[in-house]
Amino acid sequence: MTTATKQRKIRLLVGKVGLDGHDRGAKIVARALRDAGFEVIYSGLHQTPEMVVNTAIQEDVDAVALSILSGAHLTLLPRVLALLAEKGAPDIALVAGGIIPDEDIAELKRAGVLAVFTPGASTQEIIDFVRGQVHPRRD
Amino acid sequence: MSNRSKELTGNRERWVSETLNPALKKSAERAESFTTVSDYPIERLATPEDIAGIDPAIDLGMPGEYPFTRGVHPTMYRGKLWTMRQFSGFGSAADTNERYKYLLSQGQTGLSVAFDLPTLMGRDSDDPMALGEVGREGVAIDTLADMERLFSGISLDRISTSMTINSPAAVLLAMYLAVAEKQGVGADNLDGTLQNDILKEYIAQKEWIYPPRPSLRIITDIMGYCARNVPRWNTISISGYHIREAGSTAVQELAFTLADGIGYVQAGIEAGIDVDTFAPRLSFFFNAHNDFFEELCKLRAARRIWARIMRERFQAKDPRSWKLRTHVQTAGCSLTAQQPYNNIVRVTIQALAAVMGGTQSLHTNSMDETLALPSEMAVTIALRTQQVIAEESGVAGTIDPLAGSYFVENLTNRMEKDALRYIERIDEMGGIVAAIEAGFPQREIAEASYHYQMQIDRGEKAIVGVNKHIAAAEQEPHAIPILKIAMSVEREQLDSLARVRAERDNIRVERALVSLERAAAGTENLMPHILEAVRSYASVGEICSRMKRVFGEYREQPVL
Repeated sequence: MTTATKQRKIRLLVGKVGLDGHDRGAKIVARALRDAGFEVIYSGLHQTPEMVVNTAIQEDVDAVALSILSGAHLTLLPRVLALLAEKGAPDIALVAGGIIPDEDIAELKRAGVLAVFTPGASTQEIIDFVRGQVHPRRD
Repeated sequence: MSNRSKELTGNRERWVSETLNPALKKSAERAESFTTVSDYPIERLATPEDIAGIDPAIDLGMPGEYPFTRGVHPTMYRGKLWTMRQFSGFGSAADTNERYKYLLSQGQTGLSVAFDLPTLMGRDSDDPMALGEVGREGVAIDTLADMERLFSGISLDRISTSMTINSPAAVLLAMYLAVAEKQGVGADNLDGTLQNDILKEYIAQKEWIYPPRPSLRIITDIMGYCARNVPRWNTISISGYHIREAGSTAVQELAFTLADGIGYVQAGIEAGIDVDTFAPRLSFFFNAHNDFFEELCKLRAARRIWARIMRERFQAKDPRSWKLRTHVQTAGCSLTAQQPYNNIVRVTIQALAAVMGGTQSLHTNSMDETLALPSEMAVTIALRTQQVIAEESGVAGTIDPLAGSYFVENLTNRMEKDALRYIERIDEMGGIVAAIEAGFPQREIAEASYHYQMQIDRGEKAIVGVNKHIAAAEQEPHAIPILKIAMSVEREQLDSLARVRAERDNIRVERALVSLERAAAGTENLMPHILEAVRSYASVGEICSRMKRVFGEYREQPVL
């Protein structure tokens, strides 16, 4: 086998945090990423930051992609970052998508969110981003 | 074939060979095929042949008469314009109260309450799951004290109020009734609408507490209670809006909404309520997307299908039971963050479709809704859009002006036929609850939504400013002012809830909750018990969690 020469597939957790039920975008992104060849786990709705981080660690993912359309991004996303660091997984990348105003994007990026995708982003753009910017944590 | 139809066919064939084909030979059309937003194929030209099968007396009827294809009122907008009702709510009850008074002063004629997510999910502001969500997407309501502030200075006998609330609908209705009591307004003098459509929550909007069957029991309790005590209240607003926003096609929206309606009527009848006592209080709520004709035909088809279902299938005798009265909101999912000013134009087209489709009330979205909750400036333009249509465009002067159009009548018929095919499939599955439990509508919508996104990504469906006519970054007018919700709202709401809990009579609260729990385990109507709990200042979360003990909690199997 050539496992040593072949990088393992990138594993992603696509999730919904908080009480927000808008799952159209998250489901489309999850499916598009899966069709693009990534391993994708979809969390389902109404996850707490704790639940998301636990799943991310258990499933050994390389990145977490969270969708928020409720306006709670400035509370929930920094909380996810803090929990990832606390639980020894600061190298799991966090990506966000949803209704997030420009000035909040800057703040989220300063806090450590790798990228934020807003309405109008194409699935191809997201796939290209994952290919270019998300790396397997280890082989 | 009659001589007349032979003549029509001959005329079309002659046109194709003599005029059309030479033109096509010279220059081809822009695309090989044309479709609606929902990917519904549309023909080059509709002709008299397309409406040959229609009997105007039977299929269209007259305005205010069965089957109401041409509208539910005899004079439509000549008598009274549609209600201009902007959905609104954010921050604290006091913030929202101020916005309501502003909207009423600007000529808005009805209120529409947007609750925040914790309230929609039946949770209090201090629930751990509410973190970051309090007052953010709507107004935070924990107890009657908040509801009193929300309607402070607004006489409930002078307005009609629509409340977008589903799983905890009975609690918020009880709070509204309690505020009316305090204002000295009798329940029989209240006008309003409760969304109270739990079925579409499982299908699309995803704000639920209990599983489907106990949820339906709460709904039939509300229907029964209102039929006796709040006779002018619209007890359910059967909603396609969210189904469409979740990515369905127009036909799916039509079909699943009416299937939900059938589910409620069935549940009411099975609960022993006479169909003609509750059916006139059912109303509908549809989406208006960009495709002008598809949207207005959807509304015309909806009225005809519902009238026939109510009269023929459910044997309703009262003509009011046959009428599909509807609210429409323009499509939030059609708005773009890119070049947001273009959204004003989209909303105008959508609103016009809703009016040509004969809606009873209308919410026009604000241009900034892909960025944040609407600012006062944006919501004012949205309201003015309706006022321009109503006062200047001339479309409100004649009833159902597009009737008889070859294209419109044909598209109405096709959408009706396809929706009925879906409804038949759902009936075969054992009805809408069984279909939901099997994930059928959820899967159909997920499929359609993915298909649509792929079409956009491949450029097969154009969205101006997103995949076509894109502005260079420096031309992008981003700087529209947006509404910010202060982070302090959450803190203040938690303080106010703690104050209510400390000041109320907690023995009375507990007594009310115990009797509610007992009623939930039995079969008596829950409304009087919920009313007593609300009057004692029990919170939304306390009331819902007591019922959850009896009814259990819904868990979704996500369908990708």
